[in-house]
Amino acid sequence: MKHIKTINGKTLNRDIKEAGCGECQTSCQSACKTSCTVANQKCEKK
Amino acid sequence: MIHAFSMHGVNLALDVNSGAVHVLDDVGFQVLQCYSQEGKPVHEKLEKLKEILPEQVILEAMDEIQTLIGEGSLFSADPYEDYLPQWSKKTVVKALCLHIAHDCNLRCKYCFAGTGEYLGERSLMSLEVGKKAIDFLIENSGNRRNLEVDFFGGEPLMNFDVVKEIVHYARSREKDSGKRFRFTLTTNVLLLDKEKRDFINEHMHNVVLSIDGRKEINDAMRKRVDGTGCYDRILPLAKTMVEERGHENYYVRGTFTRHNLDFGEDVLHLADEGFEQISVEPVVASADSGLDIREEDIPRACAEYERLAKAYVERRGSGRWFNFFHFMLDLEGGPCIAKRLRGCGSGTEYLAVTPEGDLYPCHQFVGQTRFRLGSVFEGLNGNPVREEFYQANVYEKPECRTCWAKFYCSGGCAANSWKFNQDIKKPYKVGCELEKKRIECALWIKSQEFAAAEGE
Ligand code: SF4
Ligand code: SF4
Repeated sequence: MKHIKTINGKTLNRDIKEAGCGECQTSCQSACKTSCTVANQKCEKK
Repeated sequence: MIHAFSMHGVNLALDVNSGAVHVLDDVGFQVLQCYSQEGKPVHEKLEKLKEILPEQVILEAMDEIQTLIGEGSLFSADPYEDYLPQWSKKTVVKALCLHIAHDCNLRCKYCFAGTGEYLGERSLMSLEVGKKAIDFLIENSGNRRNLEVDFFGGEPLMNFDVVKEIVHYARSREKDSGKRFRFTLTTNVLLLDKEKRDFINEHMHNVVLSIDGRKEINDAMRKRVDGTGCYDRILPLAKTMVEERGHENYYVRGTFTRHNLDFGEDVLHLADEGFEQISVEPVVASADSGLDIREEDIPRACAEYERLAKAYVERRGSGRWFNFFHFMLDLEGGPCIAKRLRGCGSGTEYLAVTPEGDLYPCHQFVGQTRFRLGSVFEGLNGNPVREEFYQANVYEKPECRTCWAKFYCSGGCAANSWKFNQDIKKPYKVGCELEKKRIECALWIKSQEFAAAEGE
């Protein structure tokens, strides 16, 4: 393509059926603690 | 829904529902602006564009847009809402924040805990309460294997013997309960002597070291009881700690207020001092504190994030790599969509425990009796307010539902929403604007890294 370059594909909806196993870390986006914002977390399954 | 924006001369479009990210040239960007949020070309806008661009070029770009729509990576539909009931099942408790000490040896001006004592008396958690908290977590975590315990305060090093005993107790219960504990400790560093550092390095999965950045900034906020600043003591100690941990699994963490809207300098200062894992975050303070970030501060704070993003890319590309926590965005992996709908989990899977053993939705709610959810002795008390936390996913919050940032922000901080709007479903506007800017910065950074990788 000439005008548009895709730098990230469709990544959000790919595991939709397996979502929600609940083993991942909790996260807090403010305040003085481990303060994980959600989008940078790891998935425990991967 | 898409979000199209330009930063530092780069045009970007995020397809909200699929997570696809595109970089566009100026023509592509202008043509994209002629589409409605439903992905339909708006005739009048295109006609206007024809006045400044050749039709042939416009058609070319429209063709590309159409291809991406066909692939489902632009204006894609929302496939998630149908799954909501499945993802809204009652979750178990999987993390506790233990308020080891409601006391502190600093008097930080922005402290949400009222310089350590929260809304109660100064007090220390007893080992009995700590053990009960571990039992409570084991009993209330169902089949969940990985459990998290944060040692928090006040200042947890003021009650460190109890921290150690709780760690040993939790470890001793791992086998019989089939659980695995991960510990984190947040400290102001003042009392971080060799013996404590060794224990922490051996047992804690993560450690958060509080320091605000430049000496004058840190010392204006983070004062000792006698009014003097703590920078000169904590900086070398923090460095030693990080060194001894092998530069892994830690954060230096600062707070910025409306008095240092040039907080990028504080981030870079910490990087200059050799820290590689850095988080500097906007204060959570009420309007009468004089420290809170206000609506009129948003343009400056946003410009500062953009400036920092630029310095960030430059440094990372030239051997001075560091991580800024709020710019980290894992587009490829990252948490599953179910997690993205509800964020921190406060009040549901994550609870705070006071020194007396009372349970609250998170550390920011401690002491507000309306939110008391029980205690480690009596268990959960059935307070209906917990239901509100269960329901608070991004689809249930009107502002979030229509927000492009919802799958990255996950609906903001309930404590902030409560503080400013007395409604955990109504996000705090200033927080939203800053969060959206950080996500834009993170996406721009991705575009730069992508370009650099392509150039190689
Ligand atoms: S930025 Fe604000 S409106 Fe958007 S998802 Fe986050 S909390 Fe909700
Ligand atoms: S409600 Fe806010 S302060 Fe509390 S855990 Fe969630 S993000 Fe953190």
